Amino acid sequence: MSASDAPLLEVVGVSKQFPGVRALDDVSFTLRAGEVHALVGENGAGKSTLIKVLTGVYQPDGGDLRHLGKPVTFNGPLDAQAAGISTIYQEVNLVPLMSVARNLFLGREPRNRFGLVDVARMNREAAEILAGYGITSDVRRPLGLMALGAQQMVALARAVMVDARVVVMDEPTSSLEPREVETLFGVIQRLHERGVGIIYVSHRLDELYRICDAVTILRDGKLVHTGLIKDLDRLQLVSHMLGRPMSDVRKAGFTSFGGEHSAAGGKPVLRCADLNSRHKLTGISFEVLPGEVVGLGGLLGAGRSETIKAVAGALPLDSGTVEVDGTTLRRPNPVAALKAGIAVQPEDRKAEGLALGLSIRENIALAVLPRLSTAGVVSERKIDKIVETFISRLRIKASGPHQRVGDLSGGNQQKVLLARLLATGPKVLLLDEPTRGIDVGAKAEVQALIDELAAEGLGVVLVSSDAEELVEGSDRVVVLRDGAVAGELRGDEVTTEHLMNVIATAAS
Amino acid sequence: MTLVAEPKLEKAEAASLRTERIVELVQRQGALAVLAIVLVVGLVAYDDFRSFDNAGTILVSAAPAALIALGMTFVIITGGIDLSVGSLYVLGGVLAAWASQYGIAAAFAVPLAVCGLFGLVQGLVIAYARLAPFIVTLAGLLGARGLMLALSDEGGTTYLVDPGAFKDFGKGELLGVKYAVYLVAVLFVVGMVTLYRTRFGQSVYAIGGSEDAARLMGVRIRGTQIRVYVLSGLLAGLAGSINAARLGSGVTVLGTGMELDAIAAVVVGGTLLTGGAGTLGGTIAGVLLLQVIQNLINQDGGVSSAWQTVISGTFIALVVVAQTYLAKLRRVASG
Repeated sequence: MSASDAPLLEVVGVSKQFPGVRALDDVSFTLRAGEVHALVGENGAGKSTLIKVLTGVYQPDGGDLRHLGKPVTFNGPLDAQAAGISTIYQEVNLVPLMSVARNLFLGREPRNRFGLVDVARMNREAAEILAGYGITSDVRRPLGLMALGAQQMVALARAVMVDARVVVMDEPTSSLEPREVETLFGVIQRLHERGVGIIYVSHRLDELYRICDAVTILRDGKLVHTGLIKDLDRLQLVSHMLGRPMSDVRKAGFTSFGGEHSAAGGKPVLRCADLNSRHKLTGISFEVLPGEVVGLGGLLGAGRSETIKAVAGALPLDSGTVEVDGTTLRRPNPVAALKAGIAVQPEDRKAEGLALGLSIRENIALAVLPRLSTAGVVSERKIDKIVETFISRLRIKASGPHQRVGDLSGGNQQKVLLARLLATGPKVLLLDEPTRGIDVGAKAEVQALIDELAAEGLGVVLVSSDAEELVEGSDRVVVLRDGAVAGELRGDEVTTEHLMNVIATAAS
Repeated sequence: MTLVAEPKLEKAEAASLRTERIVELVQRQGALAVLAIVLVVGLVAYDDFRSFDNAGTILVSAAPAALIALGMTFVIITGGIDLSVGSLYVLGGVLAAWASQYGIAAAFAVPLAVCGLFGLVQGLVIAYARLAPFIVTLAGLLGARGLMLALSDEGGTTYLVDPGAFKDFGKGELLGVKYAVYLVAVLFVVGMVTLYRTRFGQSVYAIGGSEDAARLMGVRIRGTQIRVYVLSGLLAGLAGSINAARLGSGVTVLGTGMELDAIAAVVVGGTLLTGGAGTLGGTIAGVLLLQVIQNLINQDGGVSSAWQTVISGTFIALVVVAQTYLAKLRRVASG
């Protein structure tokens, strides 16, 4: 490539501010012709924001955007599309009720001499184009009747069929079958040869090393590394993503977790055997002893949250069993799981866990109502007593039981949620990112609380993107990758260094 | 998909495939199927129903409703709703009767302009202020009704259509069928071409199917929304015009609830209220079905108008329940 070749797309010092969050902070990124450029980072690192800036969905607050060396401003997705930038989003963004062919050609339908859409030609061309992507189904049928992977292929075909010069792929393989992934890589190879620049977002390291030339790593809205992917080994890449310099990894002093719990031994309180769910989980098995904290490690998209959901009965399983205290759940569903003693703290406490408009008392009472009511009548006194107990035991800082949960700090909200879970008298606690979005002090308290609960004999499953928290909070760590168990860390192995090693090592 | 050329297909499988196809056909053309049944019943049971005159009566009285339902189909496919059309229809009739003193062109142009303007304002508010179409067009309903009452001195004044070309248009026939019916037929053909064969039509479906996806695919959301409400307003005004021409006056009491009849016809015709799917053929069948039922009840003569409405309502409910049931069957059969 000669020096005079201007990059296809270039952002210099771009920033984007959202209320309360600096989503992008002085990020620069360059995409050259014929380059497959991996864009990686953990959740909230700013990948999606950067993509949306590049595709005109967001306008940056500061910094420059250059297209073929010339400064440009994209006022909307149409501007970016006009400049030859096509995007394939993670969720299929097509219209399910319209036919496959009409989806493929929407906005650029072939027209006859009267200016009307030439339906026959459109269907014929659609069938020809899609055959190149291994899709042979009837293009006149509604798109929504196709399998998700096939829909993704249609989206891909749509994105590259016009002379796209830049194609952005946001986790394109997340809903594809292995065979379809191969087709996708074939298409990427063709685009690469045509000189199209590709921005490839994925959490699957194997894929990145197989097809990408360059890599840019973001963390907390900042650029941490950019360069050729062959100059960066997997361990370095993971350590950049997680933000833990390998040399700096120490065992103690980062979190408020105590030492290991003397797992009481005996029978496992939770036992999962061979959990399978299409595209999401493959043969997940692990067990949790009473009084033990088992961490689920792995990158985003490795299947951590899915595993939690599967255990809690919220993810339909193709096969596998969940056993609580020796009893197998017959038909896994959230109600059965709750009855069996599995309490779940979902990843997004605002959307899935708490009623922010209600008081602390009401939030806790919601969970215990079924247990406290006699023939549908609830004893107010009993509720008061339980609520008082939890407020003091979990050290919830509030003006009183009637304060609105929405007015509490993030840490105290999290404690209310924990109180709610504990009020159901669980045997197993599933915690998905229990300290996300809460300040340092509250974090320490929540961590200490998790310790205490385990010490009291609960089985705890902990998911955290914070490697430090995971390693120090867990007695054992089950590491997931691509929806399968990639390894397990026990005893002295439970360190961030070992964790990264397992994450980075290819399964093969 | 050649069913005949598959001799190896298990018998049961072939049968289930055939069932699926029949169910699919009935579901897609449900209104048409029910219309056929109702027509057969009518032809057998009532002598008067069989006459050519009666067929003409059904068509000409269905004409205004058909025009309104035509616009409503576009609106509903985008996922919207237009409640203002009943009021605009009456307003259009009053304006047409008043303007007929200035000739036939004015009698068509004035209602079109005023009702089109109503649609434009509603479309702008829906597209730019992003308010719910239900609320915006409810305001339009009240506004148009108020304007109509002001023009007619709260119903005290009835404008008569001036004798002339406009009145002749209302009475004129070709081959025993009123001009208005031809006009409606032509507009439906134009509507079908627009909906199925233009980019605008594709945008209408795309927006109703998934507005977010449509936006990301570069569909101009606002422009499309504005256009469908203008279209709906224009057609309601035109419906008012042809009705005034037929009746010879701008009647102020008719048309209340017309928007609901139009919505019913569109939904019975198989268009999804949630948007994204629907056909104009279905809408025609829906309009005719409601009109034929009305006509049949009239043939009977023994039913009071209050009970006629109850019967119509029950019938609509039955058709929609049947469609939903068939849609479920189809899903089971194919999945």
